[in-house]
Amino acid sequence: MEHYRRHALKQRLYDTLFQVVALAGLLFAVMVLMWLLYTVFEDGIGRLNKQFLTSFPSRRAEEAGILAGMVGSVLVVLLTIVIAVPLGIGAAIYLEEYGRKNWFSRFIELNIANLAGVPSIVYGLLGLGLFVRWMQLDRSLIAGALTLSLLIMPVIIISAREALRSVPPGIREASFAMGATRWQTIWHHLLPISFPSILTGIILAVSRAIGETAPLITIGALTFVTFLPDDLRSPFTILPIQIFNWISRPQAAFHENAAAGIIVLLCITLLLNATAIYLRNRFSR
Amino acid sequence: MQLFKEVGQAIAGESKIQKKRRLPYLTDTLVRAILFLCSLVSVFTTLAILAVLVVQSYYFFREVSIIEFLTSKQWTPLFAEKHFGILPLLCGTLLTSLIALLVSVPLGLAVAVYLSEYARRPIRKVIKPFLEILAGIPTIVYGYFALLTITPLLQKLIPGLGGFNALSPGIVMGIMILPLVTSLSEDALRAVPDSLREGGFALGASKLQVSLTIVFPSALSGIMASIILALSRAVGETMIVAIAAGNLPQLTWNPLEPVSTMTAYIVQVSQGDTPYGSLAYNTIFAVAIALFVLTFILNMISFRIRKTFMAIGGGN
Repeated sequence: MEHYRRHALKQRLYDTLFQVVALAGLLFAVMVLMWLLYTVFEDGIGRLNKQFLTSFPSRRAEEAGILAGMVGSVLVVLLTIVIAVPLGIGAAIYLEEYGRKNWFSRFIELNIANLAGVPSIVYGLLGLGLFVRWMQLDRSLIAGALTLSLLIMPVIIISAREALRSVPPGIREASFAMGATRWQTIWHHLLPISFPSILTGIILAVSRAIGETAPLITIGALTFVTFLPDDLRSPFTILPIQIFNWISRPQAAFHENAAAGIIVLLCITLLLNATAIYLRNRFSR
Repeated sequence: MQLFKEVGQAIAGESKIQKKRRLPYLTDTLVRAILFLCSLVSVFTTLAILAVLVVQSYYFFREVSIIEFLTSKQWTPLFAEKHFGILPLLCGTLLTSLIALLVSVPLGLAVAVYLSEYARRPIRKVIKPFLEILAGIPTIVYGYFALLTITPLLQKLIPGLGGFNALSPGIVMGIMILPLVTSLSEDALRAVPDSLREGGFALGASKLQVSLTIVFPSALSGIMASIILALSRAVGETMIVAIAAGNLPQLTWNPLEPVSTMTAYIVQVSQGDTPYGSLAYNTIFAVAIALFVLTFILNMISFRIRKTFMAIGGGN
């Protein structure tokens, strides 16, 4: 009996010990995140003023700003949404609602899963070869948006399919029983019901598109832009590339600019992610 | 093409009432055709990636033999004396990725076990969004963090460490892939049927014993899949290494040395003024093929493992 009690006590000790270790690990990650945010804010908050938000890049760090990068990012991402969202949701609807379970749908499924895992820089080279060179769109807004669209489409398709799959089959059957066609069922019932989940997926994909740097560097988005793009064929830069450019310089003053740019970028992406998380928690279950 | 035939037949002559009744069906068929085209975009993307990479690196391999590409121990396409061996880039890629795994796997698995076996609902509700925030931070931000925060810290701990090294981006990459390892491993652990846990408890095992000797081994294949996927993500990660690793291709396993990776090299060339179509420029497509093949293999292994895992009852 004594032996057993000691054994049980030991096991309970190990149990607690593990929880402590796991929580300590988690705390470590939390602290790293806090530290990251703290250093960025400490370095950059001093540079974050109206002049910084409304100036073009400059050779002098204190005169430089992120106007070109911000406008470029917003335009590229808006275009990307316009291109990728209808295509992505369309593909998801086809695969989930129309597609039969045969070799072709299995092939497409595998294909999309694989596309989601292709490194973003490879999409950059795809954009370079296909849009910039072959279609001769040059280093333009539209070439950037098309590249990012192909990049985030798999993410949108996968999340939209999951959203459609989670609609109870009873809804479909009831609609069919009333004589509705498949498209009427999708348009009037499935899409409205799954809208919050689809939106969550889109927001996460858009947040990813805003932060993407590498693919747009490879298609040749510029780093020093002192004008705002005025049409789809116009050269452009984006906020992350502007930040990258500043980080790569040796002077500390430019690093402060980079930190200030990062604060703006983080505000946008974290706000988007928070919205997505909120939407999901609000509407799921 | 059955689809278009149906549309054609539907349009061909009918009475007015018939037409009105048929309209929804016509729309349905039309929409179906359009949506089908949408789903083909993904196939087109894959083909386009392959076409661009293969065509462009064909120009490269016309001038440089595959043997040299795979076996030469130097990578100096931008220098006067040119060598085209991918081994230094591959080595740098694996070195930084393995450091990232060393950071993220132990931590990620411990947190995953905690979340799936121990944590109560309110705690999970705090932790999950936190991990999602970590996953949502753009990689350029992690790059800044690696170069200007972690490296200076490491320099204090390790005297003589240069401003660029493999260790710092490796560690930061580990933090970046932590959410991926955690959430996929947690899914795998959760998929283990409760009956196995209850069996363990019935035999008098403690929670930790059940977690580590029953649940963890049962979920092992799913966990392996998540680790391989994380490795693939680390191999393809670009900005952190482009910023903080030093862009110096060298064949070394010493984490304190500056290195270059496949992704960082592509960024380096894209930024510079290497003329399009030159041999030096075409190197990035050859490197990209190697990168694509490597991540493709890793992704497929991970996908396969997960499929089998689900098939043998892991998914309840």
